[in-house]
Amino acid sequence: MKEFSHLVGWALLLIALAVVPLFVHSARWIDFLEMTLFVAVLGQGWNILAGYGGQYSFGHALFFGTGAYIQAILQVKLGFSPWVAMWFAVSGSVLVAASVGYLSFRYGLRGSYFALITLAFAEAFLVLSRSLKSITEGGNGIQVALNQDPEQAIATFQFNFAGPFLSEYGFYYTIFIILIVAFAITAWVERSRFGAQLVAVRENEDAAKALGINAFRVKMGAICLSAGITATCGVYYVQKFLFIEPGIAYGPAKSVEALFAPIIGGLGTLLGPLLGSIFIHGVGELTKATIGQALGGRPGVDLILFGTILILVLAFVPRGLVGLLQSGWARLTGGRDA
Amino acid sequence: MEFLGFSLPSYGWSTVLGSAISGVFLGSIYALVALGLTLIYGVLHIINFAHGALLMLAMYAVYFLWSGYGIDPYLAMLIVVPGGFFFGYGLQRLVIGKASHGKDEIILLVTLGIAIVIENLSLFLFSASERSVLVPYDLDGIDLGVTYAVYPELAALGGSFLITLALWIFMTYTDTGKAIRAVAKERQGARLMGINVDHIFAVTFGIGVACVAAAASLLVPTYAVHPQVGSLFVLIAFTVVVLGGMGSFVGALVGGFLIGVTEQLGRLYLGESLGVITISVIFILVLLFRPTGLFGAKSG
Amino acid sequence: MLDVTGLSKSFGGLKAVTDAHLSVSEGQIVSLIGPNGAGKTTLFALISGFLKPDEGRTNFLQTDVTGRQPHEICQLGLVRTFQVVQPFANLDVRENIAVGAHTRIANRKLALARAADVARLVGMEGTLDQPAGDLTIAGRKRLELARALATEPKLLLLDEVMAGLNATEIAELVQVVRRVRDSGVTIFLIEHVMQAVMSLSDYTYVLNQGVMIADGAPKDVTSSPEVIEAYLGHGAAERVAKMGGANA
Repeated sequence: MKEFSHLVGWALLLIALAVVPLFVHSARWIDFLEMTLFVAVLGQGWNILAGYGGQYSFGHALFFGTGAYIQAILQVKLGFSPWVAMWFAVSGSVLVAASVGYLSFRYGLRGSYFALITLAFAEAFLVLSRSLKSITEGGNGIQVALNQDPEQAIATFQFNFAGPFLSEYGFYYTIFIILIVAFAITAWVERSRFGAQLVAVRENEDAAKALGINAFRVKMGAICLSAGITATCGVYYVQKFLFIEPGIAYGPAKSVEALFAPIIGGLGTLLGPLLGSIFIHGVGELTKATIGQALGGRPGVDLILFGTILILVLAFVPRGLVGLLQSGWARLTGGRDA
Repeated sequence: MEFLGFSLPSYGWSTVLGSAISGVFLGSIYALVALGLTLIYGVLHIINFAHGALLMLAMYAVYFLWSGYGIDPYLAMLIVVPGGFFFGYGLQRLVIGKASHGKDEIILLVTLGIAIVIENLSLFLFSASERSVLVPYDLDGIDLGVTYAVYPELAALGGSFLITLALWIFMTYTDTGKAIRAVAKERQGARLMGINVDHIFAVTFGIGVACVAAAASLLVPTYAVHPQVGSLFVLIAFTVVVLGGMGSFVGALVGGFLIGVTEQLGRLYLGESLGVITISVIFILVLLFRPTGLFGAKSG
Repeated sequence: MLDVTGLSKSFGGLKAVTDAHLSVSEGQIVSLIGPNGAGKTTLFALISGFLKPDEGRTNFLQTDVTGRQPHEICQLGLVRTFQVVQPFANLDVRENIAVGAHTRIANRKLALARAADVARLVGMEGTLDQPAGDLTIAGRKRLELARALATEPKLLLLDEVMAGLNATEIAELVQVVRRVRDSGVTIFLIEHVMQAVMSLSDYTYVLNQGVMIADGAPKDVTSSPEVIEAYLGHGAAERVAKMGGANA
């Protein structure tokens, strides 16, 4: 019964996400929806490692940036089709994750130390992407040629000059499909032995080991899955904006963006990253629409707000919006807090 | 010279020595920033991600005291250091302590949240433009033969030693210092001895921020102030703290110099942009192979 | 089924366990006693792979498991519990036990069903949906046992599962341990509650300051002068003997 109502809830949510843009015809609002889903996927990637696995990465830009750079470099420098490049982008990022994970987990880095080493790796890649100009074009960044031929829209994975429907909604449905895949993977994690073992490692690594769990392998699995999902965001970013540069790829902004949504929405929950992303983007737009004008469009307002919300959620709603909804629902139905 | 297939430029000894000496000056600044961070880690066992943002805030304070009231940056220390203490005390007592529920991972996220808020608040209030103080003595200095050292650099070098010494004396001889060390060593035991642990945490955090405020005074004559200035230092400060051993003042000082010299030599041999990678590489290697650092006690 | 030969471990200069020998045969309940700080938990950690011994070997089911990882040893059928209970606090009891069950069962639903069965065996069927963090100390001790049992061990190492329980709870848990043994699991336990040791064990080892000082049937061991001195201090055996003489 509970399973069934969950399924119905998810089906309704997905249908809503599928049809909402069709009622929206302003490019600005479609962009808004795209970014909301984008951050939800980015957050879900982080959530698998940190929320379910308890390994707080502060350098998730590493996986985003690597995916993005591989996607851009293979297309621009080696003439790959974007549809081929994306597989290399995701596997390349997973390979980086496997290396970082191997070193960190082999040497037993936990907690703050793991956060620091992921930060250090992201920083090292930032410096490398700025310095290895023959591969990355350094600080100038890499530009993917804009395709203006509608016939080639699908082949080039660029919808800017595609037919009327695709040019308007192509990127929205792209990120929507990525979202479904990312959330399906997370749903599998929740219902699998791997997920149960991952959560056990988060809760108490020694106890997990005593119960026959290969903690190293479980954490390796989590960081690779997490990186794979995060890399698809990099692929999407390059196809949509046709540009990548070191600061966007490996700078701290993406690492921070990845953790806002899941923490606010509910760490280690399937719905958390999506709910969190909808919430912060909603609040962000609301501020822009109300006091934003009065403030004269100065930069920084949304991040001040997100940072404050983050601290408030950590202080008062440690289980995030999902936890809030669950206890609210329990109160409504008179059941106990599930 | 060859290095991993790259040919490295070769320099005369005076260039290398000059670079190393400027590395020592740079290192003293890193040490200054790292001192407060290592104190906070040693006692609270948390990594304060807001450290860079607090440095930046203190630098703005020094800047505005100069531009608004004509107060010399060094003299401003008399205002920003106590100010930093109270700000830090309040931050720990009212925000970090309350929001973190005593969980290390949450403290990490809360300090990150604080960093984001402070950085963007500064961006919002002061805009992204760089501001510099102009002091009459900022280009005067002494000729060391292989390089030239300006007075602000010498002041920072002297300041780093003085603050290290002051912290050491404070921790060794004062009652508060002893209480802080007791809390650092055995949290529960100290609580049972009647020490107000929450108060000591906040005092420690306050002193950490006071240190960073002193660092800000010493930095402002040579560094322009802008909202991102703290994040330039934050990863370096973590590296210094980890290299020196979390919680060790001498470690922070020595670590600062080591990182400063390595960075300058890295820039000399690997070029301006790639040279800074030496810092991340040292950071990663220390975390993996010697997480207790050079002078660190074994931590649990 | 378990043979420990010459196991030694020191931390810094401190010798925690020195040249320990012991064996546990199938179907028995064997106990390990000794004063606080004798090195009992260290010995368990060495056997279960949480610590690597400086010297010596551990054989389990004719396999040399010395220096193997804890999870490998668990998969072979040797599982330990912790003296300081380590529940997965944010999971409920059923999920906690299912983590153990997953060692043999890949399917989530089957593992959760198996968890309910194991809970019944240790008398926890009433608390299946309760978060482990909310359990009483007795509940947590049982959970520790249940989780270990769910891994379907051949040999179970129990580290002070009775500590901190009241007399009724101890009596119940003694019954549970016996039931577990009867279901075919060999048990090796560290215990301070002598009443439990005496009534449960077939054989007892005594560890003092890292050295095995006695072994034998529980009654014989506890009346050995060396053991009494280890517990009560030098000269105690004589005093106890005198008291016994006076009473007689």
